[in-house]
Amino acid sequence: MKDEIKKTEESRRNFIMKLSLGVGGIAAFAVSIPVIGALLAPLLGKEEVDWVTVGAANDFKPGTVTLVTFQNPDPKAFAGVTANTASWLRKDLNNNFIAFAVNCSHLGCPVRWEATANLFMCPCHGGVYYHDGTVASGPPPRALSQYRVRINKGYVQIQTGPIPITNLRASRTR
Amino acid sequence: MSLLKKISQWLDDRTGYTDNIRPLIKHLAPPRAKWTYVFGSASLFCLIVQIVTGVGLSLLYQPSSSLAFESLNFITNQATFGRVLRGIHFYGASGMILMVGIHMVRVYIFAAYKYPREMSWVSGVLLLFLTIAMGFTGQLLRWDSNGVWSSVVAAEQMGRMPFIGKYVARLLLGGDTIGGHTLSRFYSYHVFLFPAMIFGFVGLHLYLVFRNGISEPPKAGRQVDPKTYRAWYKNMLSEKGVPFWPDAAWRDTLFGAFIVLAIFALAVIVGPPSLNTPPDPAYIHTTPAPDWYMIPFFSLFALMPPAIESWVIFLAPPLIIIFMLILPFVSNKGERSPIKRPWAVFGVICVAIFMTCLLVIGYKAPWSPVFDAKALPLTAIHGDQQDSVIQKGTHLFYIRGCEYCHQINGYGGFKGPNLTYIGNRLDIPLIKIRIVNGGPDMPSFGGTLSKQDIDALAVFLSAQK
Repeated sequence: MKDEIKKTEESRRNFIMKLSLGVGGIAAFAVSIPVIGALLAPLLGKEEVDWVTVGAANDFKPGTVTLVTFQNPDPKAFAGVTANTASWLRKDLNNNFIAFAVNCSHLGCPVRWEATANLFMCPCHGGVYYHDGTVASGPPPRALSQYRVRINKGYVQIQTGPIPITNLRASRTR
Repeated sequence: MSLLKKISQWLDDRTGYTDNIRPLIKHLAPPRAKWTYVFGSASLFCLIVQIVTGVGLSLLYQPSSSLAFESLNFITNQATFGRVLRGIHFYGASGMILMVGIHMVRVYIFAAYKYPREMSWVSGVLLLFLTIAMGFTGQLLRWDSNGVWSSVVAAEQMGRMPFIGKYVARLLLGGDTIGGHTLSRFYSYHVFLFPAMIFGFVGLHLYLVFRNGISEPPKAGRQVDPKTYRAWYKNMLSEKGVPFWPDAAWRDTLFGAFIVLAIFALAVIVGPPSLNTPPDPAYIHTTPAPDWYMIPFFSLFALMPPAIESWVIFLAPPLIIIFMLILPFVSNKGERSPIKRPWAVFGVICVAIFMTCLLVIGYKAPWSPVFDAKALPLTAIHGDQQDSVIQKGTHLFYIRGCEYCHQINGYGGFKGPNLTYIGNRLDIPLIKIRIVNGGPDMPSFGGTLSKQDIDALAVFLSAQK
C-alpha cells in the first residue's frame, strides 16, 4: 500500500517536472519567434527592382563612360544617403548603352573609370577591367556586373538590382 | 561593539563575503608566475575600458544609417571630451586585440591549455574570435565611406560560401543593397549580441581559473600526467603557493594600469582616426582599407592566387577555428616547457613573421594602382630630352595610365616591373609586343592605343637605359 502511494507520488512528480519544462519551452519558443523574424527579415521580403531614369540619351557622348547615380527602390525613410547607388554608364560608338555595377567582382570595392587609360581600376587589390567590363588584370574572377538598360521616350533607364555578389561558381568561370 | 562593526558584520553575514568572496581573492597562485602572466588580466582591463567608453559613446551616437556620420562629426568636433572618448575606444580596441593575441601566444608557448585547463583554452578561442568580430563591427560603426565599403567587402566574402552565400551576404547587409537597415544590424551585433556572448564566456573563463587554478610556469622535464596532476598541483600550492591578492595580482594591476594609461595617452595625443567622406554608396572615389588588425587579411586577398581564393575565404576560417578548438584534446598531457616543444615555438614565430609581413606590405599596397601618380617630367627620363618622339612617349606614359603600375625614376606605381632601365632588357619590337598584347597581369593596349602612340611609347621606353 505504502509502495503504491510512493509510486503514484513519483509518477506525479515526473509528470509535473515534464509539464514545467514543456510549458517553459513553449513560452521561450513563443517569445523568440518575433526575434528570429527580425533577424531573418532581409531574407523574407521579396527582391525589389525598379526602372530608374538617369538622364536623356542624347546628353551622353558616344564613346564615353559616365558615373550616374540613382536611388534604390523603396528606400526606408531612415536610409538617408545610404539609399543611393552608382553605376558606370557607357555609351558606345553605335549609341548602345551598357550600365556597369561600380562594384569590383573581386570583393566589391568601388572601381573607377580612368578615361585616358581606357580602363576601370579598383583601389583595393588592383583589379583592372577593359572598357567593355572584361578583366584586364589583377584578382577579379569575372567581368564587371551589368544592370539592364533601356531607352524610354529618349531617356536612359536602368533597372536597379542587388549589389552583385560573386558566388563560388562565378568565381571559377574566369 | 561599535555601530560600524555591527553593520559590517551584518553585511558579511547577509552577503557571504568572508565565506565565498574572500577565498576567491585570496586563492593560492603558483609562485614565480610573474610578468608573462599579466596579459590575460590586461585583456580584461581593456574590455572594461571598452565597456565604459562604449556606454559613453552610445550616449552621443545615433545608430542610424542616415544620421550616424553626422553624430560622429559631433562627437569628434563638438561634444565635450568627445574626441578623447572616441580615441580611447579606438586604441582600447587595438589594445584588446593585442593583449588577447599575446595572452593566447603565451598560453600556447607554455602549453597551459593541457590537462585540466582544456575548457579555459576553448572558451579563450571563442573569446578571441568574438574580440575580432567586435573589432570589425566597431570599425563599421565609424560609418563613413570606409564603413560602407567595408560592409560591402564583408558581404562579398560571405557570398563565396557555397549555396547559402547570397543569403548570408543579404542578412549581413540587411537587404539587397546598403540601406537603412545596414547600420542598425551592425549596431545591434556590436552593442548587444557580441558583448552578451563575451560576458558569458569571460565569466566562464574566470570561473575556470578558480576551478583549475592558475597554471604553474613550466619546467623542462616536468610532465603533465592527468592521473596525478591535480593532486600534485594541490600539494605544490599548499607548500609554495602565494595568495593571489596581493602577491600575484599587483603585477596585473600595475601592468593593466600602464596599458590603460597608454591608451589614454594615445587618445589625447594622436586622437581617433579621422572620418572619411560621408556614407554615400554613390560616392566612389574612396580607397577602402580596414584598421591595422585586419590589414593582413586584406593583403592576403590581393596576394592569393585567384584560383584558390574562394576556397580559402570560406574554408580557412572554420578550419582554423576547428584546429584551435581541438588542440587541447589532441595534446593534453606531457611536456609543457617551450624548450621541449621547439616546433610549437617555431610555429608561433612563423605565424608572427607571416602576419607581420602581410601587415607591412598591406600598408604599402604595391598591388594597387597609384591614382595620384605625378606626371613624369622630362628631367627624370633617360635618352634625348629634345627628341619629339621621346617627349611624346613620356607624355603618353603618364596619360595612358602606364604610371598607375610602372615606375620610372621614382615616378609611378609598384604593381608592374620598374621600367627605369627597361631599354637594357627589351628592344623596340619586344616592347611593342608587350604593350599590344599585355601579359598575365597587364592589360593589353593594342585595342586602345594608335600605332603612332605605340611607336612613340616603344621608342621612349627603349631609351630608358
